[in-house]
Amino acid sequence: MIDMEVADLSRWQFALTAMYHFLFVPLTLGLAFMLAIMESVYVMTGRKVWRDMTKFWGALFGINFALGVSTGITMEFQFGMNWSYYSHYVGDVFGAPLAIEGLMAFFLEATLVGLFFFGWDRMSKQAHLAVTWFMAIGTNLSALWILIANGWMQNPVGSEFNPETMRMEVTDFMAVLFNPVAQAKFVHTVAAGYVTGALFVLAISAWFLLQRRYRGFAKRSMTVAAAFGLMGALSVVVLGDESGYALTHNQRMKLAALEAMWETHEAPAPLTLVGFPDVENQTTHFAVDVPWVLGLIATRSLDQEVQGILPLVAIAETRVENGILAFDALQRLRADETDIAARAQFEETKMDLGYALLLQRYMEDPREATPEQIRQAAFDTIPDVPVMFWSFRFMAGIGLYMILLFGVAFVLCTMRRHETRWFLWVALFSLPLPWVAAELGWLLAEYGRQPWIIEGMLPTFLGVSSLNATQIWMTIAGFTALYGALAVVEVMLMLHFIRKGPYADKGGDTASRPAHKPAIADDGMTPVPAE
Amino acid sequence: MEIPISYEVLRVLWWGLLGVLLIGFAATDGFDFGVAGLLPFVAKTDSERRVAINTVGPTWEGNQVWFILGGGAIFAAWPMVYAVSFSGLYLAMFVLLAALILRPVGFKYRSKREDKRWRAMWDWALFTGGFVPALLFGVAVGNVLVGVPFRLDDNLRAFWEGSFFDLLNPFAILCGLLSVTMMGLHGAAWLSMKAEYGPVRDRARTLAPIFAITSIVLFAGGGLVMAYGPFGFAEVGRVDPSGPSNPLRTETVAAAGAWLSNYGAHPWMILAPVLGFGGAFAALAGLRLNSESITFIGSKLSTFGIISTAGLSMFPFILPSSIDANSSLTVWNSSSSQLTLFIMLITTAIFLPIILAYTAWAFKVMWGRVTTEDVTSGGDYY
Repeated sequence: MIDMEVADLSRWQFALTAMYHFLFVPLTLGLAFMLAIMESVYVMTGRKVWRDMTKFWGALFGINFALGVSTGITMEFQFGMNWSYYSHYVGDVFGAPLAIEGLMAFFLEATLVGLFFFGWDRMSKQAHLAVTWFMAIGTNLSALWILIANGWMQNPVGSEFNPETMRMEVTDFMAVLFNPVAQAKFVHTVAAGYVTGALFVLAISAWFLLQRRYRGFAKRSMTVAAAFGLMGALSVVVLGDESGYALTHNQRMKLAALEAMWETHEAPAPLTLVGFPDVENQTTHFAVDVPWVLGLIATRSLDQEVQGILPLVAIAETRVENGILAFDALQRLRADETDIAARAQFEETKMDLGYALLLQRYMEDPREATPEQIRQAAFDTIPDVPVMFWSFRFMAGIGLYMILLFGVAFVLCTMRRHETRWFLWVALFSLPLPWVAAELGWLLAEYGRQPWIIEGMLPTFLGVSSLNATQIWMTIAGFTALYGALAVVEVMLMLHFIRKGPYADKGGDTASRPAHKPAIADDGMTPVPAE
Repeated sequence: MEIPISYEVLRVLWWGLLGVLLIGFAATDGFDFGVAGLLPFVAKTDSERRVAINTVGPTWEGNQVWFILGGGAIFAAWPMVYAVSFSGLYLAMFVLLAALILRPVGFKYRSKREDKRWRAMWDWALFTGGFVPALLFGVAVGNVLVGVPFRLDDNLRAFWEGSFFDLLNPFAILCGLLSVTMMGLHGAAWLSMKAEYGPVRDRARTLAPIFAITSIVLFAGGGLVMAYGPFGFAEVGRVDPSGPSNPLRTETVAAAGAWLSNYGAHPWMILAPVLGFGGAFAALAGLRLNSESITFIGSKLSTFGIISTAGLSMFPFILPSSIDANSSLTVWNSSSSQLTLFIMLITTAIFLPIILAYTAWAFKVMWGRVTTEDVTSGGDYY
């Protein structure tokens, strides 16, 4: 039997390292394209301030990128380290997108990032611009392949269990590639990255303007951020809705949990704005409902039902029972590969095999399960409802607020009223919000998938390596110490660079070269409107 | 879908591609590790250190992707190898990752502040990020050659016996040191070619012959241990090279000295150890003849030969088990499905040439010696 302490610690380890990694990823995704836009303006207009912008924001991009790469190394290897059985069980499907990510995307961005920083004086303006664009495209392609891998964990299409090798194998690679969940997640995630990058530039530009420093530089940066951020913020919400629609087709339990909808409501279902989910009594207190809205979002119709948690548990119960038949057939098939009856039974029930594996939390052999244990296993399919409910509300709330913030920024920039001080303060203090929303989004996606590591196929606790708790505690402690120290260093370094501003020497060797300030000549120039 | 390439051929091709990735990694990122590991020895002052660091500054990041891609490719093509080895070598992997995590930030952050202690701290981080991985890669290969202590249960769940310190057996340490000297030679050859004429280059050229000779001695010593040592494995009975990937369906026994039997069966494989030695001698000759390109290419060929020797000696084994020979992972019993191998092969055939093309272009753009004047003029240098 699996040691549940090892399973819990492995989950903590993964959550910690993955969520830490994702502090750096969205900024990379967003800033990369903003750098490409700024440099394009420089190449088209020849105005040096746009080159300065590309270099200054590029320096901050580089500080962030280094930690994104560092923490990404951990991601590539820890599936094998902490999730050994998972790696064996799904490597045939899940490994491919990770490897293709390296081939198609990461190689490109990592090779070009060196040229982005070191190649300014070694190639033509146009060639350098091409480097920047391909670097940006590379970062976004990275996200595509990682989300194809993750999308498959949420919606394991195009594959089936092979009794001969005891693992999931690809049957239809195109289905894995064009998994609707993966596509919805990709656009939602990169758009969230664009918002993060835009707000980063907006907030720091706001800080410069509040101090009345580098005004020409900051106004132009703000204009780019406002336009790019508004585009991103609108996309996040619209495409997040697409994620919700995709959920109704494969992860109905996740949708029901984040709505804390215990019973199926007659169509069209209302959307609960706020309330207090009560897990023990399976109800939501003080719910404020908006009629019809959930039905419209989730089913895009007025007559289809959105299923509630308890009816879904009932379905899970029959799937556990069916899964026991699959498990039984599998054991007979492994004892005798020519057993035709066993093969027929397995083919008929194999889609539910994973549900029988839920019982291995309580016993080695699911065939010995009592009806109470089967019921318990079915109830195990409910994720943590209050966490889902509140994470979703905060995430969506931040998403809507971002539209408002960038909408106002866009209007102000178009009216050339960049230095509206109350708004600059608001923009500055909004800086942490996109990160909060992104982390909550991952919490919804991953914690909301529990108890599954592969939805409906493999329970999370079975995916772990045969380690002991001490070993995992050691690496948790090690990563926490290392990551914690690096976080402090990164933030210090960013603040140091922001304080020095765009016209300090970027090499850091200020003693040998007195800081020159072309900024003064540039200051007070009329800002250019959004291109 | 009818797959136009047989399972057996796909498996052999992916075994070869795994080698290509590891060699690509050692032949490119190898000199980055070498330079970082040599930092305290070839560069004393701050501007010397910056010259050394900036010889690899623009290209190390792309080189590192060989390693990341290697991880991804093992996962995709040899999932069982990925699952068993990384979980079994758990704490060693953590030490490796920690050292590798220090490297990107070390490069990027070191010269961003004037403070002496700040820079000294990151110099240590870079040294660690160069020396420790070079050592651990060799130690890992050494352990794989000896056989590692794991067994599979009938659900193919892997269990590992033995601790972190068991990995540090004498043969593994020999392999670890070989890996260090190999990458040390590679780093010195690179510095000789890329650093300005001055103290950094001179010191690198003084150290290079020491690394080359030690490499030759350690490689020969490793060969002797393989020939007369108590390890080696062999498959028993009929093996189906197109059979399902399930190690428990094949039978394996420990067979001392078996690692040399491939050279009898396939004499062309002798080329690998010959290159391992020949490359190191060529590097020495290049130093004598004052030809930096001969030294560098010699060092690359030596790396190629040494890694190929380890892989070819073991073929078809990838990860033999020292406690339960039947659990051993081979080319025939631990790959992905035929469809996955085929799709990955097509993808690699398309993208690997593209990668080589833009990598070559990046090196060309950044060609030329790095000078003290470059790195102290501000600008974009690390």
